[in-house]
Amino acid sequence: MGNVLVVAEHSDQKLRKVSLPAVTFAKQAADLLGGQVIGLVVGSQVKAVAQQFAVSGVDRVICLDDPSFVGYLAESVAPAVAEVAKEVQAQLVCCPASVQGKDYLPRVAAILDAGMVSEAVAVWKEGDHLRFKRPLFAGNILAKVAVDGPVAVATVRTTEFEPLPPGAAAPIEERTSAHPTSLVTFKSFVPVVSERPDLNDATVVVAGGRGLKSKEGFALAEQLADTLTAAIGASRAAVDAGWVPNDWQVGQTGKIVAPSLYIAIGISGAIQHVAGMRGSKTIVAINKDEEAPIFQVADYGLVADAAKAVPELIEQIRSLKG
Amino acid sequence: MKILVTIKRVTDPDVKVRLLPDGSGVDTANIEYKINPFDEYALEEALRLREANPGRIDEIVVVSVGSDAATKELRVAMAMGADRGILVDCEDSQYDPGVLAAILAQIIKQEGVDIVMMGKLAVDGENNQVAQRLAHLLGYGQGTFTLEMKLLANSVLISTQADGGTRHLEVALPAVITRADMKDEDVRYASLPNIMKAKRKPLATLTPADLKVDLSPKVRTLGYEVPAGRAAGQRVESVDALVDKLVNEAKVL
Repeated sequence: MGNVLVVAEHSDQKLRKVSLPAVTFAKQAADLLGGQVIGLVVGSQVKAVAQQFAVSGVDRVICLDDPSFVGYLAESVAPAVAEVAKEVQAQLVCCPASVQGKDYLPRVAAILDAGMVSEAVAVWKEGDHLRFKRPLFAGNILAKVAVDGPVAVATVRTTEFEPLPPGAAAPIEERTSAHPTSLVTFKSFVPVVSERPDLNDATVVVAGGRGLKSKEGFALAEQLADTLTAAIGASRAAVDAGWVPNDWQVGQTGKIVAPSLYIAIGISGAIQHVAGMRGSKTIVAINKDEEAPIFQVADYGLVADAAKAVPELIEQIRSLKG
Repeated sequence: MKILVTIKRVTDPDVKVRLLPDGSGVDTANIEYKINPFDEYALEEALRLREANPGRIDEIVVVSVGSDAATKELRVAMAMGADRGILVDCEDSQYDPGVLAAILAQIIKQEGVDIVMMGKLAVDGENNQVAQRLAHLLGYGQGTFTLEMKLLANSVLISTQADGGTRHLEVALPAVITRADMKDEDVRYASLPNIMKAKRKPLATLTPADLKVDLSPKVRTLGYEVPAGRAAGQRVESVDALVDKLVNEAKVL
């Protein structure tokens, strides 16, 4: 008893790395409950995903492989997840707090009539019951919560949990389970094509904001990112101005990142932006406004015009790398 | 066709909230309140949908689950262009997203709604659950994180934020749609004449007990704390000094 169900996230027949911290969270909870971590893969042609998930630290994998899952839809995935959760008598059902996870997991919670914790950052036990911590108010406050009832549901803030070292391959149980839906029709997915590292798992992130003044100005941040083989991010101001795609937005309503090095260029540091990057190990801010709030969270602050400082920085890093 | 837009009264998202000294909750002294920005975007989307489809959308109703003070936010929403308001008068912080979804589902069943428009999340509680739960309770399809929306005969075509790109979906009506980021300057203001007019628009008040739904939350808050702050940083005077620090002190280059 005390099983924890963790749902994998995947794209193009590959396990997405954000799945791994969710396994770590699931493992912590399962150890507290004295149960197993059961990995679940839902999709079409996902046998390779199940094999990758099997070495992530789960005790076993259930793989629902069915053509009805072509083109991800919450209306087909949620009932499938809920069905497995009931069958394995999961006390906790979790997945990464990705856009997709945030889309379908509340629907799973509704099907199971369960309480749900959004963006869990910690789990522990008091008596026989799990307790969770989650951020509120753009991460400025943490709430400690309890979930009543036989099953709890949680999305996991992936920056808060380190992936487990790869383990022996857990057994995989393959099944077919059709969950077609007439409520929504999947039309297409248009990826943002990029040669750069993914924002979610990059070691270095360079992000630009309003201070870069234009799309052309923003290219400076991109050049610096490429010099550092870094991922590129942006503040909401840069996205709203139409300089960069919304997929690049870092913040409360964009991506939550925690790289080793985060370089914020021309970003003022609004509460909503800081919410998305405050967990970074080292933060550098370059901004010509010395009063900018970004300097309050930066380890190293340089008051300078980006147009002058960034090319100089690129030059120096190039010569360092020889 | 009827659209229902949910409106939450939240603390000013641009002000950093603090905990009360005893940690029992948020210090609301001297704090301004406004409509949750994403709910404002959802309302703007609904108003645009009506303008883009003349004669098709008969009514836009705004609903708030919250204290009597949320009457102000509902009046602002009506000044922006909503036709009438419903206030479910209660201390909403005692409820979890499951209860809020049950309350809204009951109202939507009574009203007969074609499109439920909501913000993608409330910037205070940050749960991002009510819309998806509501869609399940009503048996509707959901379109979350929507950036663009077009009304067809019996469905909506939407583009939504997704991990690593954009999704394009057709959601059959009735549906629950949540609106993602919108430029603030694209959201209409409530003009003074419209604010005056909104005072005469109908606003019904009811209580959760009137709706006969289970009001016991499953998620209980046990306490609050402030996350560990970051240690004070340092200013560097030049790019040279910055690179030196990153190489020799932080050891990240």
